[in-house]
Amino acid sequence: MIPEELRYTEEHEWVRLNGDVAEIGITHFAQDQLGDIVFVELPAVGFKLQNGKRFGVVESVKTVSELYSPVDGEVVEINSVLSQDSEQFDPEAVNREPYGAGWMIKAKVADPGAVAKLLDAKGYASHTEGH
Amino acid sequence: MSSTQVTTPQRTGLYDCHLESKAKMVDFAGWEMPIEYTGIKKEHEAVRSHAGLFDLSHMGECWVWGEGALNWLQSLFTNDLSKIEVGKAQYGCMCNEQGRVLDDMIIYRFEDKWLVVMNAGNREKIVDWMSRHKPAGVEMDDASLRTSLIAIQGPKAQEILQKHVDIELEKVPYYGFLPGQVGGIEAIISRTGYTGEDGFELYLPWNEAADIWRALVKEAEPIGLGARDTLRLESGYALYGHELSENITPLDASLGWVTKLDKGDFIGREALQAYKEKGVERCLVGLEMEGRAIPREGYPLHAGGRQVGVVTSGTFSPSLKRGIALASVETGLRAVGTEIEVEIRGRNERAKVTRLPFVKGSVKRG
Repeated sequence: MIPEELRYTEEHEWVRLNGDVAEIGITHFAQDQLGDIVFVELPAVGFKLQNGKRFGVVESVKTVSELYSPVDGEVVEINSVLSQDSEQFDPEAVNREPYGAGWMIKAKVADPGAVAKLLDAKGYASHTEGH
Repeated sequence: MSSTQVTTPQRTGLYDCHLESKAKMVDFAGWEMPIEYTGIKKEHEAVRSHAGLFDLSHMGECWVWGEGALNWLQSLFTNDLSKIEVGKAQYGCMCNEQGRVLDDMIIYRFEDKWLVVMNAGNREKIVDWMSRHKPAGVEMDDASLRTSLIAIQGPKAQEILQKHVDIELEKVPYYGFLPGQVGGIEAIISRTGYTGEDGFELYLPWNEAADIWRALVKEAEPIGLGARDTLRLESGYALYGHELSENITPLDASLGWVTKLDKGDFIGREALQAYKEKGVERCLVGLEMEGRAIPREGYPLHAGGRQVGVVTSGTFSPSLKRGIALASVETGLRAVGTEIEVEIRGRNERAKVTRLPFVKGSVKRG
């Protein structure tokens, strides 16, 4: 359940790097802990992400959790099914496909090399062990 | 959640049953309880459309008997117990001298005794409060740790439970109860609940409850505290520690209907009478969001450019598919349709005062 090709944070975000664009979401472990996801608040395109700083909120039926950026960069796209104004609004996509249809934002990163310093699949697996 | 204990959480007699059903367990009011099994939305829907099973064994049960038991309970309780017959139960509060709520509870009237059922987080406080005010001739016995409580709730609850009991459930009215056997075990079978659906609550000996749970769970979904909260919120029911606390009176939480100021004296009555004459400042209302944002406990409420109240409980409503809240607001804003803004992470989101309950379940009142 932890894809090998992605990088991870201890706060349970994942990063998929394509050139200098990072796709960011939350892990299977995170969505399972949260339960039914019913609302996601994401920044607008152009928002400046700072590594370790809050960029949004994900809400399950019972809890509100902050999202922390794994990179420095600028938001270039948000997943439209998570936008509260979208007719296709479908926050449960995060539960169903956390690494696919449930991605959250894409960002142009300042330093693509920094992504390699995040946790790899093995490191993230040991971080979530025992939970 | 009004957990005050810091010790290791206690386990109910159904703990193993919850693990068998793969529950996620959490510490709630000093008890290790299931928060969810298959998911809050799925469990919520099961109760609204079929039937769900709840472990409420953490709740407090205290027996009261002896000459003068009625008069004594009347002196502690805001509602009027002289109005109910044997075999019926009544909802109300106990207040302190200032008229602030110590707990809300249900009291059952038996032929020769009474049963007080209170919130788990307030059990020690209430049992202590009762002990300190108890006159000679009245006896009380806190049976909480030898009484299991299982609720079965939903439109199919009666049909499912009927196969396991030796009484005719049709004869038990809303807020009424009968002694009877469940799976051959002596129980108190009560048509009460906290979901807005028809259903029953079964008071059982601590060690006998697991077998009954295992029999009923074949036909009713196990339901955790997560869906219990969304169900009670859709039904507009107050929860101690959220809508009710020692900071407010029952009148502030729109519980005037269970606060009988003319029934005779009770602790807190004078303070409540004076407050009512001066004018009650706050009331409890239901709010429904216009957009998709979700109101949560503690979020400030605004109208006319100023703060007018606060959200006491908020959630995503699985039935209405939008955010709903119970909220404490200025009395002048209680009218259905009143527009109020909920401040969510610095933004004001539109909401309207809504008639309670938000969702009408299968419960047969009266």
